[in-house]
Amino acid sequence: MHRLEEIWLGLSAGVLVLFMVIVGYQAFALGMGPPSHKETIDPQKVDQTEPFDKPGVYETGENEYEVVMTLQAFGFTPNDIEVPAGAEVTFTMTSKDVSHGFQVAGTNINAMVMPGHIQEITHTFEEPGNYLVLCNEYCGSGHQLMSTEITVK
Amino acid sequence: MREAQEITPKNKENDKSLKGTFASVLVVAAIIVVMWAGVFLIYMDRV
Amino acid sequence: MAKPLKDIIRDDPKKTLGVTPEDAKISKAYLSVAFITLLVGGLLGLVQGLERAGLLELPAWLNYYQVLTAHGILLILIFTAAFSIGYLYAGFSHTIGGLLPKVRKMAWAGFSLILVGVALVVATILMNEASVLYTFYPPLAASPVFYIGLVFVVLGIWSCALGVFINYHHWRKNHRGEVTPLFAFFTMGVFILWFFGSLGVTIEVLTLIPWSMGWKETINVMVSRTLFWSFGHTLVNVWYIIATSAWYVTIPKIIGGKIFSDKLARVVVIMLVILNIPGGFHHQIIDPGISETVKFLHVFMSVSIAFPSLMTAFAMFAVFERAGRKKGGKGLFGWFTKLPWGDVRFLAPMVAMIAFIPGGAGGLINTSNQMNQVIHNTMWVVGHFHITVGVTAVLTFFGICYWLVPYISKRQLTPQMNKLGIIQTIVWTVGMILMSGSQHMVGLLGDPRRTSYTTYGDHETALGWIPYEYVMAFGATLLLLGIIIQVYAVFNMMFLATKGESEFPIGEVEINAENTPLWTERWSLWIILLLMVVAMAYVVPIVDFVVNAPPGSPPIKTW
Repeated sequence: MHRLEEIWLGLSAGVLVLFMVIVGYQAFALGMGPPSHKETIDPQKVDQTEPFDKPGVYETGENEYEVVMTLQAFGFTPNDIEVPAGAEVTFTMTSKDVSHGFQVAGTNINAMVMPGHIQEITHTFEEPGNYLVLCNEYCGSGHQLMSTEITVK
Repeated sequence: MREAQEITPKNKENDKSLKGTFASVLVVAAIIVVMWAGVFLIYMDRV
Repeated sequence: MAKPLKDIIRDDPKKTLGVTPEDAKISKAYLSVAFITLLVGGLLGLVQGLERAGLLELPAWLNYYQVLTAHGILLILIFTAAFSIGYLYAGFSHTIGGLLPKVRKMAWAGFSLILVGVALVVATILMNEASVLYTFYPPLAASPVFYIGLVFVVLGIWSCALGVFINYHHWRKNHRGEVTPLFAFFTMGVFILWFFGSLGVTIEVLTLIPWSMGWKETINVMVSRTLFWSFGHTLVNVWYIIATSAWYVTIPKIIGGKIFSDKLARVVVIMLVILNIPGGFHHQIIDPGISETVKFLHVFMSVSIAFPSLMTAFAMFAVFERAGRKKGGKGLFGWFTKLPWGDVRFLAPMVAMIAFIPGGAGGLINTSNQMNQVIHNTMWVVGHFHITVGVTAVLTFFGICYWLVPYISKRQLTPQMNKLGIIQTIVWTVGMILMSGSQHMVGLLGDPRRTSYTTYGDHETALGWIPYEYVMAFGATLLLLGIIIQVYAVFNMMFLATKGESEFPIGEVEINAENTPLWTERWSLWIILLLMVVAMAYVVPIVDFVVNAPPGSPPIKTW
């Protein structure tokens, strides 16, 4: 093999490994990995299953909130979420029908929410403002209407 | 029979050099690293 | 002793060694279906782009998601499959000296199976019975006829795959100790990856049929999604290997250079075949129910398939540099200007290769574990695959047409068609820069994919996306213009261009190149390695999804 080619293969492998090390360290050492909650639920009995029988915003600690949320064709429940600036919010979600995508534009909050599985994602809302929450996984003819807002004061 | 292709010495050196290739793939690597770092910074900014 | 194959090709490449008239008919049939599908799919693409930017109101009988499903399936399933089979069968026939009669029958059987499949699928989409997009994620349930149509398409592709396997085996038996021609090796790699890659989705579709008919109460959503995505990216790499077959084999001949390294090309194919399927979870990085460690394993496998592409980058630049220097190119980049930019057979694949730099970089970003949260299901992903499929694969396919179609039609690439091809390539490149560029940027701002026109109640974030969507619509208009030019050029070259002999460009290796070791031909070994690596990546998670499965979901029709 040509000498320059060997240098190139070594260099490019190095770059790929560097990406993996950065991302791997962040995920496993700093706990910043993608939302991967492993808990299941009967998708046809979401309304009778704890805690989804009472969706809403709950204060779970000093400036810590938990939003218990159900996603169903074309809406989020609860759909009026208000938290103070600096609040660390954990979203505990499941779907009552098809797969949905929970995304808050402009933040890293982006998680698939699928029937039969409970998904969890946490985010600290530093800047006050009106955050657009939308479903980014096609879920039917009203998919483009499926949105709500998080107001951070 | 295939006639042997004569490669003149001057041409041989010029023919064999892959300096341009190496420079080009470095540009490719640079683009990959810059794009990756860009989106990584966006991720860090929004964490 | 019969002249060895290599000499036959070198001495008189124009002699119609392969692609006997019957073989040529197969390719012409497949290419015709491909470009008719491209025209329809492209038209739908423009309709989508305009509706998405709020510039077009769809009639009552047609909704955005019907158009989206048809655009997806027609272009990335039917157009790519039909073109690939047409192109590969022509090259395969040319380089191994003609197809066996029974293989020709299998190709024609595949052709009719695919057509039946397309008819069923398109019918259900038009009747709004299958607005589930090309990923058809359950519990969204299309009509059973939709899934049956897909089964027909896959059976058609498998029939062509079996034909290649039989003919390849036949050639090896008659050429003991000889390495197969590089193009035939690429064809074998493509169809092996295509066959093994499609096993997962076939199992999924076979479980969806009884479920959508109501015979089976519920479906395991996570298993279905996982089986689909064991196929998703593998399919895109099937096109990628097809594109690189043109890069490695035909481009050196077109630019008057030599193949950089026959062995390296085969190693790239082997690596892509083995490493490809186990990266499936990079589509499911932010799914619930999958542990972070298994996700990271798949992320690593997805990053590993970047390596053969980086090897390809070096090899292709080396081919260009050597050819350019031979034509007098001096200095570090002087060779670059000496390349035949006026020849569309080179320009189109070259733009395709250049586009794969941001395309591949985007892929590395998408698959970087938690960074996926920045772009998953946003327009960034749409921008990504319009560069990788839309330019890298499709523009290479377009460039191939300008020598393949004249060759199989016994006609010539006329200067007018070449000029038209140059114009098409420029229009396509500008259109993609605009559309894909704006898609990337608006995706970073959060604009979701697969969503019809909306401002989410005039939310200011959503209003900020509209200008980008205008640029996307403008780019889409240029792209449809590009498609119309290309479809015209293909059918002109097939039926109208001046008769005559044209060349099937097969590159030759360097004079003193080391000959290719025979171990590269050990396909049974590569298949075993492939299955082992797939088992490593998928057995544990799938068993977990089945054993710890939640109650399944019934079929739901939310459109």
